[in-house]
Amino acid sequence: MALFARTPVAPLEYSRTLWMRLWVGAVMIFLYAPLVVLVIFSFNDSKRNVVWRGFTTKYYEKAMGNDQLVEALLNSLTIAALATIVSLVLGAVAAVMLWRFRFPLKSAIDGTISLPIIVPEICLGVAFLMFFAAVNWPTDLIWPFNLGAITIAHITFCFPFVTMVVRSRLATFNREQEEAAKDLGASEWQVFRDVLIPHIKPALVAGALLSFTLSLDDFVITYFTSGPDTITFPVKVYSMVRFSVTPEVNAASTLLIVLTVALTFVALKLQGVKAIAETH
Amino acid sequence: MAEQDWKTNKGVFAAVSLPTLFWIILFFLVPMAIVWLYSFGENKGLTEIDISGTLDNYKRATEWLYLTIFGKSFAVAALVTLICLIVGFPVAMAITFASEKWRPWLLLGIMLPFWTNLLIRTYALMMLLGTQGFANKGLGALWEGTSWIKTLVGLQPLPTWEPVQLLFNNFAVVFGLVYVHLPFMVLPLYAALDRLDRSLIEASLDLGAGHFRTIMRIVVPLAAPGIVAGVMITLIPALGAYLTPDLMGGTDSQMIANVIERQFKKANDWPFGAALSFLLIYAMFALIAIQSMRKKVPEVG
Repeated sequence: MALFARTPVAPLEYSRTLWMRLWVGAVMIFLYAPLVVLVIFSFNDSKRNVVWRGFTTKYYEKAMGNDQLVEALLNSLTIAALATIVSLVLGAVAAVMLWRFRFPLKSAIDGTISLPIIVPEICLGVAFLMFFAAVNWPTDLIWPFNLGAITIAHITFCFPFVTMVVRSRLATFNREQEEAAKDLGASEWQVFRDVLIPHIKPALVAGALLSFTLSLDDFVITYFTSGPDTITFPVKVYSMVRFSVTPEVNAASTLLIVLTVALTFVALKLQGVKAIAETH
Repeated sequence: MAEQDWKTNKGVFAAVSLPTLFWIILFFLVPMAIVWLYSFGENKGLTEIDISGTLDNYKRATEWLYLTIFGKSFAVAALVTLICLIVGFPVAMAITFASEKWRPWLLLGIMLPFWTNLLIRTYALMMLLGTQGFANKGLGALWEGTSWIKTLVGLQPLPTWEPVQLLFNNFAVVFGLVYVHLPFMVLPLYAALDRLDRSLIEASLDLGAGHFRTIMRIVVPLAAPGIVAGVMITLIPALGAYLTPDLMGGTDSQMIANVIERQFKKANDWPFGAALSFLLIYAMFALIAIQSMRKKVPEVG
């Protein structure tokens, strides 16, 4: 029954039965085939995405020469970096608050912090649109301050994820370590910096990766928050897709896919596959 | 582990709680409150909105047109969740019972698309599903093949292949949402299955139950919390999906998020859009309430 089986398949080795392998293989093809085709056709020497007409990199040159696209990509990366830094601080601090202290209204505050994860993106987008309109948020600031509104919105939906990841890591912290440090004369800040931070470091790496990709990925909330002159990569790609489907979009998308894969491998180098898998 | 009372260490508590509270109140609760207030308002002139406490927006949301869109969004989200569950469950099983060497890589294989930009994945799928795309070519080849076999056995050949419309319809929306949400389903399912006590499955198999029966009677009930979590994690974003129906749907495949967007971008009817947003949020709360009620049942019994 089993494919490539050298030893007989044990009853629980479901992943070694032929049907399971075919099923998993089909799902992987389903998940990856569209992306592979997209990447291949970014090198296609044809205006339309249908027939292969030979290899070219001219659409990469075209995409890199597209000032608006490059600006959008730079904006997206800047927003993602800023949002990640603030989300890490806010998320870690919130996790420590919820883990360490008992205080009035705790369950209500706990619930509110995880609400941005649950509230549909479209509702959050609408809320930020109305909020920034109501406070008359200036839209004509110079770069990078013109990205403020989008960055604020991104932090709001990123930091609860960091809190979630850090909190589950904190649950495995041995309080005696903290007491030992204090007995040996460490201050609150030293305990935090030298004992707690090293312990939650894997969760911080996972949280940073999560925030960065979530921010880079977001279209809906950014679409509602961005002013007329601030454009991000997903918003730009969206208008290009709406307008026409060209290999230039493929080229730009391929660059972002490569960036995502690279980030994932950096995280893997730092963490190992298992740790990354466990934090999700 | 005992939690510390906040009064015993006010300095540290202030340092960790004030930034969080400041952010969550100013940049989450206040914007949500504004939406909530506007949902009781009415348009006065082009840009002016008067919050008059009217319930007209909610009344309008219960019109037949909007009810059908709400109903349809639920139906699409439920169908997508069901397909994800059926497709994802065997995958989660395979990952759980894979060898130590393979498991992390299979997990990574599921997670990498999850980290890839949603817009790019939607666009990639659109390329594939277009009338000139590979999906249509594949179906065309199958059709030609069938036609050829029929002539071989002496039957009339099939009529010539016409490309089918795979994009810009309801099929495309469901297909696209399944594509996007499958990893959301597989990961919690895996987390639940991984915690299972394998000796129970072995016992069931030893006592003569088949694999299918073991899965239905042993694995599924034990993994129920994970299955519920996977269903919620898929159902909630699918219900509020905007991008997939917008790019891949036809004129009749609008979901609730598309209607909300239109109130803000084209129709310029903010109060009505705000009311629809809050109805969607209430629907989410209702789903979560149902889930937490379900959780409590075993404790009672």
